[in-house]
Amino acid sequence: MTAGYNTISLGTGRKEFHPKKPRPGIEHYMKEAGQGTLGQIGGGKNVDESIVGNFMAERFVRQAHLNALFPMIDKDLEYKPATRVEGACASGGLALLSGIRSILAGTAEVVLAIGVEVQNSVKAVYGADFLALAGWYHNRKEGHAYFFPGQFSDRTQSYYDAWGKENTRKALARWYHNAIENARLCPTAQEYTNRTEDLELMAMAEPDPKTFTPCLNVMDCSKVSDGASAIAIVSEEGLERIGILPAHAVEIVGMGHAVADITQPPVDPLTFSTMKVSAAQAMESAGITKEDLATVETHDCFTIAGLLGVEALGLAEKGKGGDYVLEGHTARDGKIPFNTTGGLIGWGHPTGATGVHMAITLWEQLTGRAGEAQINIPSERPYGLSMNMGGDDRTVVSLVYKKCNP
Amino acid sequence: MEYSDKLKKVSILGAGGKMGSGILLLTALEMAELSMIQGNKRKEFNLIAIDVSAENLKGVKQYIREQTRKVAEKSIVRLRDVYKDRNDLVENGEIIDQYIIDVMNFIQTTTSVEQAFGSSIVFEAVSEDPDLKMKLLSEVEKNSDGNTWYLTNTSSIPIHSLDEGASLGGRIIGFHFYNPPAVQRLVELIPSGGTVEDLRDFSMEYASRLRKTVVVSNDVAGFIGNGHFMRDILFGASEVEKLAKGMTLPQSIWMINRVTQEFMIRPMGIFQLTDYVGLDVCQYIMKVMDPFMSDEDLHCDLIERLTKQGVKGGQYPDGSQKNGFFQYEGGRITGIYDLEMKTYVTLEEIESDCDKALGPLPRGHVPWKILVRDRKKQDILKEYFKQLSGSANLGAQLAVDYGRNSCRIGKLLVEKKVAKSTNDVNTVLLTGFFHAYGPVNDYFN
Repeated sequence: MTAGYNTISLGTGRKEFHPKKPRPGIEHYMKEAGQGTLGQIGGGKNVDESIVGNFMAERFVRQAHLNALFPMIDKDLEYKPATRVEGACASGGLALLSGIRSILAGTAEVVLAIGVEVQNSVKAVYGADFLALAGWYHNRKEGHAYFFPGQFSDRTQSYYDAWGKENTRKALARWYHNAIENARLCPTAQEYTNRTEDLELMAMAEPDPKTFTPCLNVMDCSKVSDGASAIAIVSEEGLERIGILPAHAVEIVGMGHAVADITQPPVDPLTFSTMKVSAAQAMESAGITKEDLATVETHDCFTIAGLLGVEALGLAEKGKGGDYVLEGHTARDGKIPFNTTGGLIGWGHPTGATGVHMAITLWEQLTGRAGEAQINIPSERPYGLSMNMGGDDRTVVSLVYKKCNP
Repeated sequence: MEYSDKLKKVSILGAGGKMGSGILLLTALEMAELSMIQGNKRKEFNLIAIDVSAENLKGVKQYIREQTRKVAEKSIVRLRDVYKDRNDLVENGEIIDQYIIDVMNFIQTTTSVEQAFGSSIVFEAVSEDPDLKMKLLSEVEKNSDGNTWYLTNTSSIPIHSLDEGASLGGRIIGFHFYNPPAVQRLVELIPSGGTVEDLRDFSMEYASRLRKTVVVSNDVAGFIGNGHFMRDILFGASEVEKLAKGMTLPQSIWMINRVTQEFMIRPMGIFQLTDYVGLDVCQYIMKVMDPFMSDEDLHCDLIERLTKQGVKGGQYPDGSQKNGFFQYEGGRITGIYDLEMKTYVTLEEIESDCDKALGPLPRGHVPWKILVRDRKKQDILKEYFKQLSGSANLGAQLAVDYGRNSCRIGKLLVEKKVAKSTNDVNTVLLTGFFHAYGPVNDYFN
């Protein structure tokens, strides 16, 4: 993968965001990201196939049939194959997998993959209805007004009951702190200009069940975002065609794709069972273990998901995710930095784009082009892992990326 | 009779106006709340919105829908529980839409007063005209069964005079909302000497259910709010007169406004506030109050001269400010009325001379917007007013005089048995007028 491009993640927190003024539509984001990548790879004429990952444009912007927007991005994409894929918040990851499969099948050498979402088109109270479609419809009626915050608030309560509230609460606040610290180093991040002095104090604000959830406050939640991310997925032949050196690309050496039954509640509220399986699939197919990883992009839709992701990967035992975070191991100067451009809480969560944004961050880190957000990639650990989750641990796409040897 | 039974048929006279529409909204929301209670499922609640203008009534319906939506969005967590047995309402959007329909269903709009006959409760919110109020109230009373309770939103007319003038048998109480009723927490409750006990109890319960802060005023014209406000205007006008011996009239008006806003750290200067309420409205209130004030002359020459030239202030239907003492552009003051030239002189022209004359703000000054939210405001004010009192600048001295007079008015209201305590006076100014500190204080000793 190479030639990644992110638009800004637009929403509350960004200086450009004015709730009462008109904002760009989904076409704008697809075009900007698409052209951002195409500009790096010699244009649409070099592309064989396009994929777009998007969750819920049908409700947010009343637009379906998004694959038919590619020819608008570049005339040379006219009459070429294009597909839209959807898997809730894992739509981006599924777009990447689709591209990879075409390359592996030999039906394409160069694939343009875009993830995109526009969510600020409606107030959060109505957006919550659209986002709830990532869960089973028959659960909606009983569910919280803010459905997924409600689900993860329940998981948090279970975590409190099992492993203790005080320590966990501190770990959640620390996760938020780390997310913002990383976002402050990434110009496209939604929280880029966050100036709050005491982030952990802010994150410890008492949740209010009357207006939101019992266990989670607004800081515990990923942002409501408009944005797009694009990347090129290529074979070796494709890499030559687009004229990019291997040193400027990452190799995809492992993949995992696990799906669980949406009609069923999680097997164990204290575990991301599907993510565990998916991550294991990816690492097995890559022939590596977690000790080989330099950095991880995990799906922190909520701070609690950050902790559960650490445990799903096996970096901490069940119930010890909080301690692992409090010990500083996931911070940018820790053992294995997580979400180095801010993740879903710091960078933003334009739902369909997130999976692709994860790939771009890892590509940037492994090729040394992450700018101010750059971390050190030890030569003995040239691997990155992304885990992109849809719904409450129902679909999880995991990918292992390797720094190319020059 | 039980509280909710009393809301069986509520009529609002003047529902198309600013105050009436707010009262309509609050009552409709309250009916919605009551009808959600298990025991009230079979009870009837009817709300009749009456106004002379059919056009205004159309606008009011739209206003109620928009405001109800805002309320519903804020309380969505609770509303999902309220509608939990409605399996057809799944999404937040569907529940909110249904809530709006349910609230609107209580309301009938009409231009005919006859629809108010036989009401269990009548809210009177027509213009501040004693004769008009008495005419409407007695018409309804004559055609009802003698059990109707009347709640009047008058801000100045003694309740007993309305009671006697319309022969209401003590079934009337003053229930004075502040503007806008949906947002403003303060209600002045004014029982007359003859107000029946049950009506008083009902009013307290109704106010409590609406989460209002109630200050009970005695039945003296102007009550507490206008009792202070009108006298405050008069003092401002007399200070302008004094200043105008050395400065021009527009300069004097601007200077006193600046003193009463900035130097005294209030949300608005006295003349901007008068513009906000309306010069004609203030004039009218003084006219209503004056006959009841044997030892005071509640009459403002300055305002009269302006209104005679057609300068009235007040608001446009969209809420924007009309020109009065000041000219407004985009909500900001850009000119001051010149009675001789019969036009506005620009603020630009006179500002620097006025600033020079007043002198700088004393040290420790904090703008009202920031002070009003500061938990340590008592300490800040103490220090600031100490600086103010010690300053020889004209602005500071005018502010001290003004503050002392405001305090005097507060105490006078208790002396004249309008307010039961200086604490009540302070509550009215703090809650109803958004002051950062009550007029009765030790700051200006």
